[in-house]
Amino acid sequence: MRKIKSKIIIEVVANLCAKANFEFPEDVLGSIQKNIAFETGLAKSILEEINENADIAKTEQIPLCQDTGVPNFFVKFGKDVSVEDGDIYDSINKGVSLGYGDNYLRKSIVYDPIERKSAEDGMPANVYVDIVSGDEIEITFLPKGGGSENASALKMLIPSVGWNGVKEFVLKSVDDKGRNACPPLVVGVGIGGDFASIGLVAKKAILRKIGSNHQIAFYKEKELELLNEINKLDIGPMGIGGKTTALAVFIEVRPTHIASLPVAVNIQCHSCRRKTIII
Amino acid sequence: MKINLKKIILYSKILKAGQRVLFSGTIYTARDVAHERIVSILADSGKLPFDLNGSAIYYCGPTPAKPGEIIGACGPTTSSRMDIFTPKLLKEGVKVLIGKGNRSNDVVDSVKNNGAIYFVATGGVGALISKTVQKADLIAFKDLGPEAIYKLEVKDMSLIVAIDSHGNNIFKK
Repeated sequence: MRKIKSKIIIEVVANLCAKANFEFPEDVLGSIQKNIAFETGLAKSILEEINENADIAKTEQIPLCQDTGVPNFFVKFGKDVSVEDGDIYDSINKGVSLGYGDNYLRKSIVYDPIERKSAEDGMPANVYVDIVSGDEIEITFLPKGGGSENASALKMLIPSVGWNGVKEFVLKSVDDKGRNACPPLVVGVGIGGDFASIGLVAKKAILRKIGSNHQIAFYKEKELELLNEINKLDIGPMGIGGKTTALAVFIEVRPTHIASLPVAVNIQCHSCRRKTIII
Repeated sequence: MKINLKKIILYSKILKAGQRVLFSGTIYTARDVAHERIVSILADSGKLPFDLNGSAIYYCGPTPAKPGEIIGACGPTTSSRMDIFTPKLLKEGVKVLIGKGNRSNDVVDSVKNNGAIYFVATGGVGALISKTVQKADLIAFKDLGPEAIYKLEVKDMSLIVAIDSHGNNIFKK
Protein backbone atom coordinates (compact mmCIF):
# COMPACT_ATOMS: atom_id res chain seq x y z
CA MET A 1 0.00 0.00 0.00
CA ARG A 2 1.45 3.34 -1.09
CA LYS A 3 1.10 6.07 1.53
CA ILE A 4 0.78 9.79 0.76
CA LYS A 5 1.00 12.52 3.39
CA SER A 6 -2.04 14.81 3.54
CA LYS A 7 0.35 17.79 3.36
CA ILE A 8 1.27 16.77 -0.21
CA ILE A 9 -2.39 16.65 -1.26
CA ILE A 10 -3.12 20.00 0.42
CA GLU A 11 -0.23 21.66 -1.46
CA VAL A 12 -1.15 20.09 -4.79
CA VAL A 13 -4.78 21.16 -4.43
CA ALA A 14 -3.86 24.72 -3.40
CA ASN A 15 -1.69 25.02 -6.50
CA LEU A 16 -4.41 23.48 -8.68
CA CYS A 17 -6.89 26.13 -7.47
CA ALA A 18 -4.55 28.90 -8.57
CA LYS A 19 -3.45 27.46 -11.92
CA ALA A 20 -6.95 26.50 -13.05
CA ASN A 21 -8.28 29.96 -12.24
CA PHE A 22 -5.40 31.78 -13.95
CA GLU A 23 -4.75 29.69 -17.05
CA PHE A 24 -7.27 28.79 -19.73
CA PRO A 25 -7.15 25.15 -20.90
CA GLU A 26 -5.50 24.95 -24.34
CA ASP A 27 -8.40 23.15 -26.00
CA VAL A 28 -10.88 25.86 -24.91
CA LEU A 29 -8.61 28.73 -25.88
CA GLY A 30 -7.89 27.07 -29.24
CA SER A 31 -11.62 26.75 -29.91
CA ILE A 32 -12.24 30.43 -29.03
CA GLN A 33 -9.39 31.51 -31.33
CA LYS A 34 -10.66 29.32 -34.18
CA ASN A 35 -14.14 30.86 -33.92
CA ILE A 36 -12.86 34.47 -34.07
CA ALA A 37 -12.43 33.97 -37.84
CA PHE A 38 -16.08 32.93 -38.29
CA GLU A 39 -17.61 35.94 -36.52
CA THR A 40 -17.91 39.63 -37.41
CA GLY A 41 -18.78 42.84 -35.57
CA LEU A 42 -19.64 42.71 -31.86
CA ALA A 43 -19.57 38.90 -31.73
CA LYS A 44 -16.00 38.89 -33.07
CA SER A 45 -14.90 41.64 -30.69
CA ILE A 46 -16.25 39.67 -27.70
CA LEU A 47 -14.27 36.56 -28.68
CA GLU A 48 -11.21 38.76 -29.06
CA GLU A 49 -11.73 40.11 -25.54
CA ILE A 50 -11.92 36.54 -24.21
CA ASN A 51 -8.65 35.74 -25.98
CA GLU A 52 -6.95 38.88 -24.65
CA ASN A 53 -8.25 38.20 -21.13
CA ALA A 54 -6.67 34.73 -21.17
CA ASP A 55 -3.32 36.29 -21.99
CA ILE A 56 -3.52 38.90 -19.20
CA ALA A 57 -4.68 36.38 -16.59
CA LYS A 58 -1.86 33.95 -17.41
CA THR A 59 0.87 36.57 -17.60
CA GLU A 60 -0.12 38.36 -14.41
CA GLN A 61 -1.44 35.25 -12.59
CA ILE A 62 -4.79 36.81 -11.77
CA PRO A 63 -8.19 35.14 -12.09
CA LEU A 64 -9.69 34.84 -15.58
CA CYS A 65 -13.09 35.56 -14.05
CA GLN A 66 -14.13 37.02 -10.70
CA ASP A 67 -16.47 34.08 -10.27
CA THR A 68 -13.92 31.57 -9.09
CA GLY A 69 -16.89 29.35 -8.51
CA VAL A 70 -17.93 26.35 -6.54
CA PRO A 71 -14.81 24.19 -6.28
CA ASN A 72 -15.65 20.79 -7.74
CA PHE A 73 -13.16 17.93 -7.43
CA PHE A 74 -13.39 14.65 -9.31
CA VAL A 75 -11.04 12.14 -7.75
CA LYS A 76 -9.90 8.77 -9.06
CA PHE A 77 -8.55 7.15 -5.95
CA GLY A 78 -6.37 4.08 -6.45
CA LYS A 79 -7.28 1.12 -4.21
CA ASP A 80 -3.60 0.57 -3.39
CA VAL A 81 -2.96 4.05 -1.99
CA SER A 82 -3.96 5.72 1.27
CA VAL A 83 -3.70 9.15 2.86
CA GLU A 84 -1.30 8.66 5.76
CA ASP A 85 -2.48 11.23 8.28
CA GLY A 86 -5.97 12.32 7.21
CA ASP A 87 -8.46 11.62 4.47
CA ILE A 88 -8.98 12.79 0.91
CA TYR A 89 -12.06 14.94 1.68
CA ASP A 90 -10.40 16.84 4.52
CA SER A 91 -7.14 17.25 2.59
CA ILE A 92 -8.94 18.70 -0.44
CA ASN A 93 -10.97 21.12 1.69
CA LYS A 94 -7.82 22.31 3.47
CA GLY A 95 -6.08 22.73 0.10
CA VAL A 96 -8.99 24.78 -1.21
CA SER A 97 -9.01 27.10 1.82
CA LEU A 98 -5.27 27.61 1.41
CA GLY A 99 -5.38 27.98 -2.38
CA TYR A 100 -8.31 30.38 -2.45
CA GLY A 101 -6.93 32.44 0.44
CA ASP A 102 -3.29 32.71 -0.65
CA ASN A 103 -4.17 33.43 -4.27
CA TYR A 104 -6.87 36.04 -3.66
CA LEU A 105 -9.62 33.98 -5.25
CA ARG A 106 -13.20 34.96 -4.49
CA LYS A 107 -14.96 32.89 -1.85
CA SER A 108 -18.32 32.65 -3.55
CA ILE A 109 -20.11 30.32 -1.13
CA VAL A 110 -22.81 31.05 1.46
CA TYR A 111 -23.18 28.44 4.22
CA ASP A 112 -26.95 28.60 4.42
CA PRO A 113 -28.96 28.93 1.18
CA ILE A 114 -31.71 30.97 2.87
CA GLU A 115 -29.81 32.98 5.46
CA ARG A 116 -27.04 33.58 2.84
CA LYS A 117 -24.22 34.53 5.18
CA SER A 118 -20.90 34.70 3.32
CA ALA A 119 -18.60 31.71 4.04
CA GLU A 120 -15.50 33.93 4.04
CA ASP A 121 -13.78 31.87 6.72
CA GLY A 122 -13.97 28.62 4.80
CA MET A 123 -14.54 27.21 1.37
CA PRO A 124 -16.50 23.96 1.32
CA ALA A 125 -15.77 21.96 -1.85
CA ASN A 126 -17.76 19.31 -3.71
CA VAL A 127 -15.58 16.20 -3.69
CA TYR A 128 -16.61 13.19 -5.80
CA VAL A 129 -14.48 10.08 -5.34
CA ASP A 130 -14.32 7.00 -7.55
CA ILE A 131 -12.26 4.04 -6.38
CA VAL A 132 -10.12 2.71 -9.22
CA SER A 133 -7.27 0.21 -9.60
CA GLY A 134 -3.65 1.28 -9.04
CA ASP A 135 -1.74 3.28 -6.43
CA GLU A 136 -2.22 6.81 -7.73
CA ILE A 137 -4.62 9.64 -6.92
CA GLU A 138 -5.89 11.60 -9.93
CA ILE A 139 -7.50 14.91 -9.02
CA THR A 140 -9.47 17.03 -11.51
CA PHE A 141 -10.56 20.49 -10.45
CA LEU A 142 -13.51 22.34 -12.01
CA PRO A 143 -14.31 25.77 -10.52
CA LYS A 144 -17.93 26.18 -11.62
CA GLY A 145 -19.40 29.66 -11.99
CA GLY A 146 -22.87 30.47 -10.70
CA GLY A 147 -24.21 32.15 -13.83
CA SER A 148 -23.82 29.11 -16.04
CA GLU A 149 -24.86 26.69 -13.29
CA ASN A 150 -28.13 28.67 -12.96
CA ALA A 151 -28.84 28.01 -16.64
CA SER A 152 -28.68 24.25 -16.14
CA ALA A 153 -31.76 22.01 -16.05
CA LEU A 154 -32.94 18.48 -15.31
CA LYS A 155 -36.13 16.80 -16.45
CA MET A 156 -37.65 13.36 -16.07
CA LEU A 157 -38.93 12.59 -19.59
CA ILE A 158 -41.02 9.58 -20.53
CA PRO A 159 -39.37 6.89 -22.69
CA SER A 160 -41.75 7.30 -25.66
CA VAL A 161 -40.42 10.80 -26.48
CA GLY A 162 -37.05 9.21 -27.38
CA TRP A 163 -34.17 11.12 -28.89
CA ASN A 164 -36.44 13.86 -30.27
CA GLY A 165 -37.74 14.61 -26.77
CA VAL A 166 -34.20 14.78 -25.42
CA LYS A 167 -33.11 17.07 -28.24
CA GLU A 168 -36.09 19.37 -27.73
CA PHE A 169 -35.34 19.67 -24.01
CA VAL A 170 -31.64 20.42 -24.57
CA LEU A 171 -32.39 23.08 -27.20
CA LYS A 172 -35.12 24.66 -25.04
CA SER A 173 -32.80 24.78 -22.02
CA VAL A 174 -30.08 26.54 -24.01
CA ASP A 175 -32.54 28.90 -25.69
CA ASP A 176 -34.29 29.81 -22.41
CA LYS A 177 -31.25 30.65 -20.31
CA GLY A 178 -28.13 30.35 -22.46
CA ARG A 179 -27.92 34.10 -23.09
CA ASN A 180 -27.20 34.73 -19.42
CA ALA A 181 -24.66 31.96 -19.03
CA CYS A 182 -21.69 33.68 -20.74
CA PRO A 183 -21.73 31.95 -24.14
CA PRO A 184 -20.01 30.48 -26.09
CA LEU A 185 -20.95 27.51 -23.94
CA VAL A 186 -19.82 23.99 -23.35
CA VAL A 187 -22.95 21.88 -22.93
CA GLY A 188 -22.84 18.69 -20.88
CA VAL A 189 -25.80 16.37 -21.47
CA GLY A 190 -26.55 13.36 -19.27
CA ILE A 191 -29.17 10.89 -20.50
CA GLY A 192 -30.51 7.97 -18.45
CA GLY A 193 -29.55 6.95 -14.92
CA ASP A 194 -31.84 8.41 -12.26
CA PHE A 195 -32.64 11.79 -10.73
CA ALA A 196 -29.63 11.90 -8.42
CA SER A 197 -27.00 10.42 -10.70
CA ILE A 198 -27.65 12.06 -14.05
CA GLY A 199 -26.80 15.60 -12.93
CA LEU A 200 -23.34 14.45 -11.97
CA VAL A 201 -22.98 12.57 -15.27
CA ALA A 202 -23.81 15.81 -17.16
CA LYS A 203 -21.30 17.71 -15.04
CA LYS A 204 -18.54 15.18 -15.67
CA ALA A 205 -19.26 15.43 -19.42
CA ILE A 206 -18.00 19.03 -19.29
CA LEU A 207 -14.56 17.68 -18.38
CA ARG A 208 -14.10 16.17 -21.83
CA LYS A 209 -11.63 17.87 -24.13
CA ILE A 210 -13.06 20.03 -26.90
CA GLY A 211 -12.55 18.13 -30.13
CA SER A 212 -13.13 14.73 -28.50
CA ASN A 213 -15.98 12.57 -29.77
CA HIS A 214 -18.27 10.06 -28.10
CA GLN A 215 -17.00 6.52 -28.53
CA ILE A 216 -20.39 5.29 -29.72
CA ALA A 217 -21.08 6.36 -33.33
CA PHE A 218 -24.77 7.13 -32.62
CA TYR A 219 -23.94 9.59 -29.83
CA LYS A 220 -21.00 11.05 -31.72
CA GLU A 221 -23.46 11.97 -34.45
CA LYS A 222 -25.97 13.31 -31.90
CA GLU A 223 -23.32 15.52 -30.28
CA LEU A 224 -22.65 17.15 -33.65
CA GLU A 225 -26.37 17.42 -34.40
CA LEU A 226 -27.01 19.25 -31.12
CA LEU A 227 -23.98 21.50 -31.61
CA ASN A 228 -25.21 22.51 -35.07
CA GLU A 229 -28.76 23.12 -33.86
CA ILE A 230 -27.57 25.16 -30.84
CA ASN A 231 -25.37 27.28 -33.09
CA LYS A 232 -28.39 28.05 -35.27
CA LEU A 233 -30.21 29.66 -32.30
CA ASP A 234 -28.41 32.98 -33.00
CA ILE A 235 -27.56 33.43 -29.33
CA GLY A 236 -23.87 34.05 -30.06
CA PRO A 237 -21.08 35.31 -27.80
CA MET A 238 -22.60 36.87 -24.63
CA GLY A 239 -26.08 36.32 -26.07
CA ILE A 240 -26.13 39.30 -28.39
CA GLY A 241 -26.34 37.28 -31.61
CA GLY A 242 -23.86 35.32 -33.69
CA LYS A 243 -22.83 31.87 -34.86
CA THR A 244 -20.75 30.82 -31.86
CA THR A 245 -23.27 29.85 -29.18
CA ALA A 246 -21.57 26.62 -28.11
CA LEU A 247 -18.02 25.36 -28.53
CA ALA A 248 -18.96 21.76 -27.84
CA VAL A 249 -21.76 19.42 -26.76
CA PHE A 250 -20.78 16.34 -24.79
CA ILE A 251 -23.29 13.54 -24.23
CA GLU A 252 -22.90 10.81 -21.64
CA VAL A 253 -25.44 8.02 -21.18
CA ARG A 254 -26.30 5.61 -18.36
CA PRO A 255 -28.62 2.60 -18.01
CA THR A 256 -32.04 3.63 -16.70
CA HIS A 257 -35.39 2.29 -15.44
CA ILE A 258 -37.87 0.89 -17.99
CA ALA A 259 -40.28 3.74 -17.05
CA SER A 260 -37.75 6.57 -17.18
CA LEU A 261 -35.81 8.86 -19.47
CA PRO A 262 -34.01 11.37 -17.24
CA VAL A 263 -32.11 14.18 -18.99
CA ALA A 264 -29.72 16.65 -17.36
CA VAL A 265 -28.21 19.66 -19.13
CA ASN A 266 -25.24 21.17 -17.34
CA ILE A 267 -24.27 24.48 -18.88
CA GLN A 268 -20.66 25.64 -18.72
CA CYS A 269 -19.64 29.21 -19.61
CA HIS A 270 -16.75 29.94 -21.99
CA SER A 271 -14.47 30.19 -18.98
CA CYS A 272 -14.30 26.40 -18.93
CA ARG A 273 -11.56 26.14 -16.35
CA ARG A 274 -10.45 22.64 -15.48
CA LYS A 275 -7.18 21.02 -14.62
CA THR A 276 -6.04 17.51 -13.72
CA ILE A 277 -3.06 16.35 -11.70
CA ILE A 278 -1.88 12.87 -10.76
CA ILE A 279 -0.13 12.20 -7.46
CA MET B 1 -16.89 56.23 -29.00
CA LYS B 2 -15.63 57.55 -25.68
CA ILE B 3 -18.25 58.65 -23.18
CA ASN B 4 -18.43 59.57 -19.50
CA LEU B 5 -21.20 59.47 -16.92
CA LYS B 6 -21.81 63.24 -17.00
CA LYS B 7 -22.37 63.17 -20.75
CA ILE B 8 -24.78 60.24 -20.47
CA ILE B 9 -26.85 62.09 -17.86
CA LEU B 10 -27.14 65.08 -20.20
CA TYR B 11 -27.51 63.28 -23.50
CA SER B 12 -28.56 59.67 -22.90
CA LYS B 13 -30.57 59.65 -26.16
CA ILE B 14 -27.45 59.82 -28.34
CA LEU B 15 -26.57 56.24 -27.38
CA LYS B 16 -28.06 53.47 -29.53
CA ALA B 17 -28.44 49.77 -28.74
CA GLY B 18 -25.61 47.77 -30.31
CA GLN B 19 -23.08 50.58 -30.05
CA ARG B 20 -19.72 49.89 -28.40
CA VAL B 21 -18.43 52.61 -26.08
CA LEU B 22 -15.44 53.26 -23.84
CA PHE B 23 -16.99 54.43 -20.59
CA SER B 24 -15.30 56.53 -17.88
CA GLY B 25 -16.68 57.63 -14.52
CA THR B 26 -17.70 56.55 -11.04
CA ILE B 27 -19.63 53.30 -10.69
CA TYR B 28 -20.93 51.43 -7.64
CA THR B 29 -20.89 47.63 -7.45
CA ALA B 30 -24.09 46.02 -6.20
CA ARG B 31 -25.35 42.45 -6.43
CA ASP B 32 -28.45 40.64 -5.12
CA VAL B 33 -28.29 41.27 -1.38
CA ALA B 34 -27.01 44.85 -1.77
CA HIS B 35 -30.04 45.56 -3.98
CA GLU B 36 -32.36 44.02 -1.43
CA ARG B 37 -30.86 46.22 1.30
CA ILE B 38 -30.99 49.42 -0.79
CA VAL B 39 -34.66 48.84 -1.59
CA SER B 40 -35.39 48.16 2.07
CA ILE B 41 -33.54 51.38 3.11
CA LEU B 42 -35.63 53.30 0.54
CA ALA B 43 -38.83 51.85 2.02
CA ASP B 44 -37.77 52.97 5.51
CA SER B 45 -36.49 56.37 4.28
CA GLY B 46 -33.11 55.50 5.79
CA LYS B 47 -29.62 56.67 4.82
CA LEU B 48 -28.46 55.20 1.52
CA PRO B 49 -24.84 54.07 1.03
CA PHE B 50 -24.51 56.43 -1.97
CA ASP B 51 -26.60 59.01 -3.78
CA LEU B 52 -28.69 57.10 -6.31
CA ASN B 53 -29.58 60.18 -8.34
CA GLY B 54 -27.41 60.30 -11.47
CA SER B 55 -25.46 57.21 -10.41
CA ALA B 56 -24.15 54.16 -12.25
CA ILE B 57 -24.55 50.64 -10.85
CA TYR B 58 -22.32 47.73 -11.83
CA TYR B 59 -23.47 44.18 -11.11
CA CYS B 60 -20.15 42.83 -9.92
CA GLY B 61 -18.46 41.05 -7.04
CA PRO B 62 -14.70 41.34 -7.56
CA THR B 63 -12.00 38.94 -6.35
CA PRO B 64 -9.87 40.37 -3.52
CA ALA B 65 -7.02 42.64 -4.71
CA LYS B 66 -3.52 41.18 -4.57
CA PRO B 67 -1.11 43.29 -2.46
CA GLY B 68 -0.19 46.39 -4.45
CA GLU B 69 -3.09 45.99 -6.88
CA ILE B 70 -6.21 48.18 -7.05
CA ILE B 71 -8.69 45.35 -7.53
CA GLY B 72 -8.85 41.69 -8.56
CA ALA B 73 -10.82 40.25 -11.48
CA CYS B 74 -14.03 42.27 -11.79
CA GLY B 75 -16.31 41.23 -14.64
CA PRO B 76 -20.10 41.51 -14.65
CA THR B 77 -22.55 39.06 -13.09
CA THR B 78 -25.96 38.11 -14.56
CA SER B 79 -28.19 41.21 -14.51
CA SER B 80 -31.59 39.52 -14.61
CA ARG B 81 -31.34 38.50 -10.96
CA MET B 82 -31.63 42.20 -10.14
CA ASP B 83 -34.68 42.76 -12.41
CA ILE B 84 -37.19 42.87 -9.56
CA PHE B 85 -35.31 45.74 -7.88
CA THR B 86 -34.19 47.73 -10.93
CA PRO B 87 -37.35 49.77 -11.75
CA LYS B 88 -37.39 51.09 -8.15
CA LEU B 89 -33.77 52.23 -8.44
CA LEU B 90 -34.28 53.83 -11.85
CA LYS B 91 -37.20 55.77 -10.38
CA GLU B 92 -34.77 57.13 -7.77
CA GLY B 93 -32.56 58.47 -10.54
CA VAL B 94 -30.04 55.72 -11.29
CA LYS B 95 -28.91 56.49 -14.86
CA VAL B 96 -26.58 53.69 -15.85
CA LEU B 97 -26.80 49.92 -15.31
CA ILE B 98 -23.87 47.66 -16.21
CA GLY B 99 -24.07 43.87 -16.23
CA LYS B 100 -24.48 40.95 -18.58
CA GLY B 101 -27.41 39.19 -20.23
CA ASN B 102 -31.00 40.06 -21.03
CA ARG B 103 -33.54 41.89 -18.81
CA SER B 104 -37.26 41.66 -18.14
CA ASN B 105 -39.80 43.71 -20.11
CA ASP B 106 -40.37 45.78 -16.95
CA VAL B 107 -36.71 46.77 -16.93
CA VAL B 108 -36.74 47.62 -20.65
CA ASP B 109 -39.77 49.88 -20.09
CA SER B 110 -38.27 51.44 -16.99
CA VAL B 111 -34.95 52.19 -18.75
CA LYS B 112 -36.91 53.94 -21.50
CA ASN B 113 -39.25 55.87 -19.19
CA ASN B 114 -36.38 57.13 -17.04
CA GLY B 115 -33.99 57.98 -19.88
CA ALA B 116 -31.43 55.52 -18.54
CA ILE B 117 -28.99 53.14 -20.28
CA TYR B 118 -28.29 49.44 -19.76
CA PHE B 119 -24.81 48.44 -20.85
CA VAL B 120 -23.36 44.94 -21.07
CA ALA B 121 -19.75 44.16 -20.39
CA THR B 122 -18.25 40.88 -21.57
CA GLY B 123 -18.64 38.21 -18.91
CA GLY B 124 -15.67 36.07 -17.95
CA VAL B 125 -13.05 38.66 -18.84
CA GLY B 126 -12.51 39.93 -15.30
CA ALA B 127 -8.73 40.21 -15.67
CA LEU B 128 -9.10 42.43 -18.75
CA ILE B 129 -11.75 44.66 -17.12
CA SER B 130 -9.62 45.08 -13.97
CA LYS B 131 -7.16 47.09 -16.10
CA THR B 132 -9.76 49.85 -16.51
CA VAL B 133 -10.26 50.35 -12.75
CA GLN B 134 -8.20 53.24 -11.40
CA LYS B 135 -9.55 53.38 -7.86
CA ALA B 136 -11.63 51.03 -5.70
CA ASP B 137 -13.03 51.74 -2.22
CA LEU B 138 -15.27 49.49 -0.16
CA ILE B 139 -18.01 51.89 0.98
CA ALA B 140 -20.82 49.75 2.42
CA PHE B 141 -22.07 46.31 3.52
CA LYS B 142 -18.61 44.92 4.34
CA ASP B 143 -20.31 41.94 6.01
CA LEU B 144 -21.43 40.73 2.57
CA GLY B 145 -17.87 39.83 1.56
CA PRO B 146 -17.69 39.75 -2.25
CA GLU B 147 -21.20 41.26 -2.38
CA ALA B 148 -20.21 44.47 -0.55
CA ILE B 149 -20.57 47.82 -2.34
CA TYR B 150 -17.38 49.17 -3.90
CA LYS B 151 -17.04 52.64 -5.38
CA LEU B 152 -14.96 52.28 -8.54
CA GLU B 153 -13.38 54.88 -10.81
CA VAL B 154 -13.13 53.39 -14.30
CA LYS B 155 -11.42 54.69 -17.41
CA ASP B 156 -12.29 53.49 -20.90
CA MET B 157 -14.24 50.45 -19.77
CA SER B 158 -15.38 48.66 -22.95
CA LEU B 159 -19.18 48.30 -22.94
CA ILE B 160 -21.99 47.63 -25.39
CA VAL B 161 -25.27 49.55 -25.23
CA ALA B 162 -27.82 46.76 -24.69
CA ILE B 163 -30.98 48.76 -23.90
CA ASP B 164 -31.01 52.40 -24.97
CA SER B 165 -33.22 55.18 -23.64
CA HIS B 166 -35.50 54.81 -26.69
CA GLY B 167 -36.31 51.29 -25.44
CA ASN B 168 -34.34 49.43 -28.14
CA ASN B 169 -32.89 46.12 -26.92
CA ILE B 170 -30.10 44.06 -28.51
CA PHE B 171 -31.39 40.88 -26.92
CA LYS B 172 -33.85 39.08 -29.14
CA LYS B 173 -35.14 36.98 -26.25
